[in-house]
Amino acid sequence: MVDQLFPKVGMAMASVLEQLGYQVDFPENQTCCGQPAFNSGYRDEARTVARHFLKTFENYPRIVVPSGSCTSMIVHHFAELFRKEPQTLDRVHDLEKRVFEFSTFLTEIARVEDVGARLDEVVTFHDGCHSLRELGIRNAPRRLLAHVRGLELREMQPSEECCGFGGTFAVKFAELSGAMARTKLDAILETGASTVVSLDPSCLMQIQGALSRAGKPVRTLHLAEVLASR
Amino acid sequence: MSVEFDRKIHDTLGDANLQLAIYTSTARLKQGRIALVGDEALPDYQELRTQANAIKKHTIENLDHYLEEFERNVVARGGKVVYCKDGTEVSDFILGLAKERGARLIVKSKSMTTEEVDLNERLEHHGLESVETDLGEYIMQLAHEKPYHIVAPALHKTRYDVAELFTRNLHVPNETVIEKQTMLARRVLREKFLAADIGISGANFLVADSGAIVLVENEGNARLTTSAPKIHIAVAGIEKVIPRAQDLAVFLKLLARSATGQLLSVYTSFLAGARRPGEIDGPDEFYVILLDNGRTRLLPDREKRQTLYCIRCGACLNTCPVYRKIGGHSFPWVYSGPIGAILTPQFMGVSHEPGLPFASSLCGACGEVCPVKIDIPKILLDLRSDVKKAEARDGQNRLEKLAFRVFAWLMTHPRLYEMAGRIAASLAPGGDGKWISSVPAPLNLPPVRAWLSQRDLPPPPAQSFREQWRRRQ
Repeated sequence: MVDQLFPKVGMAMASVLEQLGYQVDFPENQTCCGQPAFNSGYRDEARTVARHFLKTFENYPRIVVPSGSCTSMIVHHFAELFRKEPQTLDRVHDLEKRVFEFSTFLTEIARVEDVGARLDEVVTFHDGCHSLRELGIRNAPRRLLAHVRGLELREMQPSEECCGFGGTFAVKFAELSGAMARTKLDAILETGASTVVSLDPSCLMQIQGALSRAGKPVRTLHLAEVLASR
Repeated sequence: MSVEFDRKIHDTLGDANLQLAIYTSTARLKQGRIALVGDEALPDYQELRTQANAIKKHTIENLDHYLEEFERNVVARGGKVVYCKDGTEVSDFILGLAKERGARLIVKSKSMTTEEVDLNERLEHHGLESVETDLGEYIMQLAHEKPYHIVAPALHKTRYDVAELFTRNLHVPNETVIEKQTMLARRVLREKFLAADIGISGANFLVADSGAIVLVENEGNARLTTSAPKIHIAVAGIEKVIPRAQDLAVFLKLLARSATGQLLSVYTSFLAGARRPGEIDGPDEFYVILLDNGRTRLLPDREKRQTLYCIRCGACLNTCPVYRKIGGHSFPWVYSGPIGAILTPQFMGVSHEPGLPFASSLCGACGEVCPVKIDIPKILLDLRSDVKKAEARDGQNRLEKLAFRVFAWLMTHPRLYEMAGRIAASLAPGGDGKWISSVPAPLNLPPVRAWLSQRDLPPPPAQSFREQWRRRQ
């Protein structure tokens, strides 16, 4: 999704990491983690894609992912896919320790909260469901945002309710998914924020898509884009 | 997904009054729960959940043992246990007993298990009068509807709806004050309690070590149902058994908090056996019907059988962003919300409504609030895989299967994936950086159309990330 639709998120993440002194590599063989197939019930197809992911990232000490949902697929569901392959399962468990969602990587591995960013805007933060409930990420992005100069964070109520994306759910149950997005929009608009920030490009696509359709002048940014702002 | 499921969702989403009723009622229940399970209100909440889960897990893994213990203790207290494999066996037993005793009128307290087997309809079909005495259930019976919610059956009815139902059915003047409506129902129901021959209740817990059933309620109607008539029949699923009375210290702390945001419900009744010599009240006869109705089919699956841990608190419904939009009646069976979405396919078969496990954004809110820690999202994922296996076996949904084969193939061939991306981007409109609301013919595939029916799509970037990255190196 970042590769094909939101390259600026990837570029922003790379620039934040490089500024912190990390050497960033992008293995060109990478594609997808397989979550769309897994969540749609196609386990064989998901396994095929997951195997490709496993091979592509075999030799990297740290893998930083600009999506909580993809991270969760890798660290929580790959193991389920390779339950019956003990050797692959060992590789999966090894991979799990090397994969990090972006904000968690910053606060727990790089141990920074202030990356020197500046953004003069009022923002609100959307907790992606998989980031929040499967990875338990709540404070890391907020601590990072708190150190962005000029930025004011206004929490929406509730921030933890689903935006309605849900992968293929968004098209299988389009009307329902759209209704959920509009409820999310109400919470966002109530804050008066000009920008919605999240850790997940897929949530942001749903939210920005609905904002755009509703003709609302609110924009969405990935946390990496905020942190890369100067 | 069936046409009916799709239509019900569409109709519910389009009904503004209904949307408001569902949203506000679930919000009230949801907020009530949150206030009572927080760190200050209940510091050991997470430990209680872990314990509840462990007790349920242990019980389900030793279900035969505890059911036999329960039965022995019920019999020792002068009651009788009847095992029924389905709804027909339940109604056959009750009808047989009613005939023997010359019973005509039955009062019922709230029970999802009896809803599951359409007990009222079955009894009425044979000329018995069966009256629901829980206010919400009574309203639903007058409306000829199934419960909208596990805990709050008439959650979708406004007081104006109720006024209309009462006027039409009870021949009373239009009354829209809730307290006065309650009094109207109470007047009718008191007569029924006094005249009833049989009282039928559910059971929140079956306590193996004491042969008792536990009823959790707020209106006192379950107490009357189980004590006024000469015969009391409790109908419960076999999974309701718990080993010891002391386990209730865990479950009762969790149940009312999770369900209605109460510390305890107004009444918690422990009922064991019939009236014994020297006792002044209670029924002459006490029966417990233990219902299977598909439950034993769940036992072999280590993961999915945790569905049987459910204590029917309804917390997953109140927090579910899908339930809060599509309501209870969109669901294909009496159990709605997240728990209904995992229970129905397992009880009725995945083909009953193949779309059901997919009607979730997998947001995980249900699993987070479940007091017995059922991993509902995980079971939904397993059921999705079961649906796809069944479809492959029956040769259905071939196009989607093909699409995911192509997906897997592209994702394992990075160069072709990149080329496909470039082609798609060249076909899409864009260039001005604005989000797009329509696409030309080759891209206008059903999933894209479905997306665009509700929201816009991002414009394709001039270059993909990998192209930009390559250029940078």
